[in-house]
Amino acid sequence: MSTQIEHPATPSPTDGAGIEGAAVRRGDRVFLGMSRTAGIFILVTMAAIAAFLIWKAIPSLQANTANFFTTSEWFPDQNPVVFGIAALTFGTLMTAIIAMILAVPVGIGIALFIAHYAPPRLAAVLGFVTDLLAAVPSIIFGMWGLQFLTPQMEGLGKWLNDYLGFIPLFRNDTGQYSKSILIASVVLAIMVLPTVSAISREVFVQVPREHIEAALALGATRWEMVRLSVFPFARPGMISASMLGLGRALGETIAVALILSASYTINWQISEPGGNTFAANIALRWNEAGDIGLSALVASGLVLFVITLVVNMAARIIIARRADFSGAN
Amino acid sequence: MSELTRNERDESDELLRQALAGERLPRWGVPVAAVGALALAFVLNLVTSVDGVAGTLVVAVLLFLVIQTTWSFLVEGRRHAVDRLATTGVYATFVIALAPLVAVLLTVIVKGLGVISSTFLTTSMRNISPRSEGGGLYHALIGTLQQVGIAALFGVPLGILTAIYLVEYAPSAKSRRLSRAISFFVDVMTGVPSVVVGLFIFTAFVLTLGMERSGFTASLALTILMLPVIVRSTEEMLRIVPRELREASYALGIPKWRTILKVVLPTALAGIVTGAMLAIARVAGETAPLLLTTFLSQSVNTNPFKGPQASLPTFIWDQFTSATDASVNRAWGGALVLIVLVMVLYGAAKIIARYTGVKRS
Repeated sequence: MSTQIEHPATPSPTDGAGIEGAAVRRGDRVFLGMSRTAGIFILVTMAAIAAFLIWKAIPSLQANTANFFTTSEWFPDQNPVVFGIAALTFGTLMTAIIAMILAVPVGIGIALFIAHYAPPRLAAVLGFVTDLLAAVPSIIFGMWGLQFLTPQMEGLGKWLNDYLGFIPLFRNDTGQYSKSILIASVVLAIMVLPTVSAISREVFVQVPREHIEAALALGATRWEMVRLSVFPFARPGMISASMLGLGRALGETIAVALILSASYTINWQISEPGGNTFAANIALRWNEAGDIGLSALVASGLVLFVITLVVNMAARIIIARRADFSGAN
Repeated sequence: MSELTRNERDESDELLRQALAGERLPRWGVPVAAVGALALAFVLNLVTSVDGVAGTLVVAVLLFLVIQTTWSFLVEGRRHAVDRLATTGVYATFVIALAPLVAVLLTVIVKGLGVISSTFLTTSMRNISPRSEGGGLYHALIGTLQQVGIAALFGVPLGILTAIYLVEYAPSAKSRRLSRAISFFVDVMTGVPSVVVGLFIFTAFVLTLGMERSGFTASLALTILMLPVIVRSTEEMLRIVPRELREASYALGIPKWRTILKVVLPTALAGIVTGAMLAIARVAGETAPLLLTTFLSQSVNTNPFKGPQASLPTFIWDQFTSATDASVNRAWGGALVLIVLVMVLYGAAKIIARYTGVKRS
């Protein structure tokens, strides 16, 4: 995961070195052509994803008799065609935001621990451990969330209902605490932890030694050093780490599809069964959808694509700007 | 001076330190606070409604925070109290991260180990209903190996070539804008949700080009998911190949493309292999795009271009959502096989990275 940050272009051997004669030049031209084509292929793929999703979403959007953005129903294969993404948008944002509230402080804490608190030898092991967490397939997180975590979370759900039930968010009128947005969010939080911590860690270790030592020399405690020299330097990195984590949480499919009970309503009481997200809805309805149904799912996928694209691009722009202007190194 | 006893010297050191740094908690302060908090939590466990191991531990940690912070505040002052609070918090986050990893691995091992047998690994689910015992994931194993293999066949060369363009050619090429765009969109591509990639392959190759949903369409989706990861890791490896190596090669009159093939790539090979293995490990567990681009199958199909083909993730999904006792057990068995596969790839990649390759300065 140490690959995410744009490097300033390293000085690389520049043009012309050793190029003499037509045969040599042909070899170079072929090689340059191949590698440039591979690069352009990536741009073409990104453009094609957008183009095909838009194209194949149009039939259902035209057939839809309800408002696509404000409807909370999903009957694209009936006559009249009625479907909309309001409940999906709610569920997706709700799970992702709760997941981020849980994951960002913990992820940054882990990154701090590895970069500035743990002894170096231990830090390497711990970095490996968080990477392992990233390697666990999401379907396994889903199964685990359903069979292991759900019983553990019942106590928390009850506690929230008993003591914080006056806040509508935490009230539970059903007496059931399984298959809820809360559980899905906790699993999502665990899944995005490695993303948040790996990228924060990468920025934390770039903090110039001089800033750290200057703070310590002035008598700062370790925490004051972190606040005075690490956080100000790493703030853009921390923001984009969180946004990349958010992007992952928004698009996570299988774990959420297994955990939520896929209801199609907007329910603010997060410990009750229910909720649905863009990605989970696509996976769950895919095999029973007709032509318009598939097209409607593509339309919802397009919305998800646009949301994650915006989040990711914003994150990349923030972190790239830091790379350009960090005068410290 | 040398007449001072050891005790006296210690005392004078202590005085000097206090004058400079102020009063500190004694060295035994933190352990005592921890033991005290645990004991108090245990008492609360006995006499109040606090119960359960997890609940007691949470209470113990909170008590520890209160005791330590208050004590430190009274003795050392506000700044050190805050520092100790933050340190405990940072250490705690790590335990929070470790707990789910251990819990996930233990759950998979405990529930999956009983299912694994030679029959489970060598038979398919042909003619076995979800309710009945028996059957296995042989068909899924074959599917996953083929699909991931084909994806690697496309993804690895494409990724390496792109990285070569970005590192070796782009800085000198006139089209800086192109290379910046590619670099930017490689990053953005890592963030495209896997389900969206599945939708794209379905709309483009199945709906538009009329291909059938098969193992091959699945591997196309995996290729796209794998590509940006390989580009980034290869790029990183190429950048740490020392510039002197390239220049030595140019000085001998070797053209650039041969320098890349014979000098740069071999030097970075171990790192590139590591990156590719990590990318493969990551896509091997992808489920959503496979659900969209293949049909589930219960029997062995060794032809990825034709007909339904199973894979480990879709096998697990199918068995788990069938929701009978026998099928859920099979799902956990599949999960164990999948996680072992991923972890072996992962571990091997890390070992290669550790013992070979260019060392970072």
